[in-house]
Amino acid sequence: MTFVAKPKIHHPLLKVNEIGLKRRDYEGLVSTLCAGCGHDSVSAALIQACSELSLPPHKFAKLSGIGCSSKTPSYFLGNSHGFNSVHGRMPSVATGANIANRDLIYIGVSGDGDSASIGLGQFAHAVRRKINMLYIVDNNGTYGLTKGQFSATNDRGSTNKRGVPNLYTSIDLVSMALQIGASFVARSFSGDKTQLVPLMKAALLHRGFAFIDVISPCVMFNNHDGSTKSYGYIRDHSAPVVDADFIAPQEEIEIYYAPGTAETVAMPDGSSLRLRKLEDSYNPRNRVDALAYVQNALDEGEVVTGLLYVEDDSVDCHEVLETPDVPLNSLDESVLCPGSAELAAVNDSFR
Amino acid sequence: MKPTNIHDPNYFHKVVDCQWACPAHTPVPEYIRLIAQQRYTEAYMVNWESNVFPGILGRTCDRPCEPACRRVRTEEKPVAICRLKRVAADHKGDITPYLPHVPKTKNGKKIALLGAGPASLAVARDLLPLGYEIDMFDRDPGGGGMMRSQIPAFRLPADVLEEEVDLIVNMGIDAYYNHEITSMREMLEMNYDAYFVGTGAPRGRDLDLPGRKEVADHISIGIDWLSSVAFGHTTSISGKVIVMGGGNTAMDCCRTSKRLGAENVTVVVRSAFHVMKASEWEKEDAMAEGIPILNNRPPKEFVHENGRLKGVVFERVKPIEDNGRLKYVPTGEPDVFMEADHILMAIGQENHCPWIERDLGIEFDKWDCPILDEDTLQSTHPKIFFGGDSAFGPENIIWASAHAHKAAISIHLFCQGRDPKKDRPPDGVNLISQKMGIHEWSYDAEHDPSQRYIVPHANLRRSLDNIKVEVELGFDEQLGFKEAQRCLNCDVQTVFTEKLCIECDACMDICPMDCITFTENRDEEELRANLLVPAENNEQDLYVSDHLDTGRVMVKDEDLCLHCGLCAERCPTNAWDMQKSVVHNPQLSSYAE
Repeated sequence: MTFVAKPKIHHPLLKVNEIGLKRRDYEGLVSTLCAGCGHDSVSAALIQACSELSLPPHKFAKLSGIGCSSKTPSYFLGNSHGFNSVHGRMPSVATGANIANRDLIYIGVSGDGDSASIGLGQFAHAVRRKINMLYIVDNNGTYGLTKGQFSATNDRGSTNKRGVPNLYTSIDLVSMALQIGASFVARSFSGDKTQLVPLMKAALLHRGFAFIDVISPCVMFNNHDGSTKSYGYIRDHSAPVVDADFIAPQEEIEIYYAPGTAETVAMPDGSSLRLRKLEDSYNPRNRVDALAYVQNALDEGEVVTGLLYVEDDSVDCHEVLETPDVPLNSLDESVLCPGSAELAAVNDSFR
Repeated sequence: MKPTNIHDPNYFHKVVDCQWACPAHTPVPEYIRLIAQQRYTEAYMVNWESNVFPGILGRTCDRPCEPACRRVRTEEKPVAICRLKRVAADHKGDITPYLPHVPKTKNGKKIALLGAGPASLAVARDLLPLGYEIDMFDRDPGGGGMMRSQIPAFRLPADVLEEEVDLIVNMGIDAYYNHEITSMREMLEMNYDAYFVGTGAPRGRDLDLPGRKEVADHISIGIDWLSSVAFGHTTSISGKVIVMGGGNTAMDCCRTSKRLGAENVTVVVRSAFHVMKASEWEKEDAMAEGIPILNNRPPKEFVHENGRLKGVVFERVKPIEDNGRLKYVPTGEPDVFMEADHILMAIGQENHCPWIERDLGIEFDKWDCPILDEDTLQSTHPKIFFGGDSAFGPENIIWASAHAHKAAISIHLFCQGRDPKKDRPPDGVNLISQKMGIHEWSYDAEHDPSQRYIVPHANLRRSLDNIKVEVELGFDEQLGFKEAQRCLNCDVQTVFTEKLCIECDACMDICPMDCITFTENRDEEELRANLLVPAENNEQDLYVSDHLDTGRVMVKDEDLCLHCGLCAERCPTNAWDMQKSVVHNPQLSSYAE
């Protein structure tokens, strides 16, 4: 926790983005999490991603539940909407908000406790309903707020700080998301912004449910030798399979990579995603192959990272439900209650 | 890049921009913190040790520290370092308990100081505590040299000058005033163990233009005229006065004339306004007193009639940038004639030692400056050392103090039969952690966004009426505190320990100035271009760590670091620590018991 306020002044050479804002304009309050918490890096990565995409802060809605992870929306995008909900219930709130106003960009930040324990059912249904949002799980495998008990994503055999091993199988949220139908699934590491930031940018522009499982070490309770979610362990065992490079519409793709080594995925706003395969046998556009690969690696103790699955023609909840193009909350009474004549016409159609 | 060696005394010294820029390397942030704590006496002594004349310098220093201040780069205006020094001097208590002890039993060595200016006084102060006997000679009736004879009282009141000069004289100097030195040979015959020449640059330059001889009575050399005002020989000047020259002496001449009754004072400078040698604030103060400064006008001739000065004809030129240098070309406009009853010539000073016979083994270069070893200030005659303006030409007081410290060490080593060059003590640096507990530092880490505070001035009419009324009033305690809080504490260094770092990025994320980047190591040019924000100021170093576990390195651009301590505050493993760097530039006091 930091008591010294972050000074307002910034480097005079800090870049200004397309809408005239600097990275510092996307910050929130100073974090009150423990010094060195991975979650703060995730917030910093989000700040960087949003500012580089030149997205207007007031068009964001940040949603969270309970836990260290769920405090973080205070620490980024200070000038946006936010809702800190009940433990594990963030997906429901996100669903409601998204249905009411499809024009906002939704970022849900959750943790392994919030999404894999108390909110597992909620998580599953948000995925299934294809809510158009970026859903981040700050995954540290431990209940930091309550002093370091094993969480549901803690690997079996991994130990707590005192050396006691975890007896239960872990829940792999990536596999779940893949299986239930998320159209964008990625895993990354809070200590690797070069991988994480492009993933976030792509996820923010993805239409449909975009899930990023971010391994985010808990420096207080789960960053020791017996942990499988420590800075050291992840650096030694992470196996990046597909790097995603986000390319803005105006950028020339060819200057980046020789043709043939990369595949391009068109994004809804005209930008594109370049997928660079680091592992030849990996296929990020086939759900079944991806799931099999991730599960195999899990058995071998490897942490597969990168953009694990992306659907080319993804859809979101509004397409599924065929809602109007304008946000529902902008419809006035005359549209929502068209009057008795309309009602009579509807009734007549059933006769 | 190779990992930075932070134990090189110069590395962190350079980060303390003000201290690095100060010729005497005064530990500026250290005394500014003491001022903020109202420990004025200690703040004064920190200054006194390094620059010897805090009260005088707090009013008159050329302030090389201020343009160097990091705050110029992070915001715009530097901390008012010079004015804070004056705060320490104005509010100090009794300093006697802090003064060095001068032994009654002498060490048997006698030193002659030629000239009683700042350089000689500072040498005496360094040598006396080691038991040296010191004789000091000067042509003026009192000590202080140029500080007494040329800085007008409205900038430096007599009591401030005398207090600091007398303090040293009373440490046990045998002063011979009103003693014009006419021959170095005679001095050498007196057989002192060593000699220190601190006679300044006493000759004001003259300008041989048509009419110069005819109007000699109406032309004064600026420094001589100021000196005769200082000693009360000149008490008035009348009519229209033209001051020729653009340095601080010109500014002192014009402001003094205004106070002594001149009806009309104008400064005419041959060069452009922005390249004038005068300090920015001296120009501002002169203009604030209603004195016009006319630039780009080289003088052509003195116009006279029946032996009486009528005025001066000036050419009109304009500056043109030519390969980064200014060149002046005629504008084609007709010459201007300006009426004048008196002219003060303040176009520079030079070294002038006609009294040093040229067959004594003291060699001079083509500019008539003695040939000296820059580290020891020893001349080609081993017994004779130089310092102050007489060493390398006109500078300012702070340089005199700096030279004096060096020369005093040389004289001591020489007198002890050691080599003044090889046996000099080395520079050093100590690093002391400032952590006092969780989230507690022994310094005010928080960045204060205030603008530079303005020093109040005396009422203009009152100060123009009386030459003894000091123009600047100095900061009071409250303003002094506020200004002190603007200091960024650049001497509290960000020290990085590779083996503790877990590469969590916390420091990089929190740094308000984006100084820290974890990246692959490259050569310096590439590294500078590939940081979070490119490091474009090549004068400021990059702090590069050894390789970390991932093979990357930590690179910190020292340029804009606020020393706010947030990196250390956010570091979970104490890989970052805020440590005060105490730079040791050896002084003779390190030899005293």
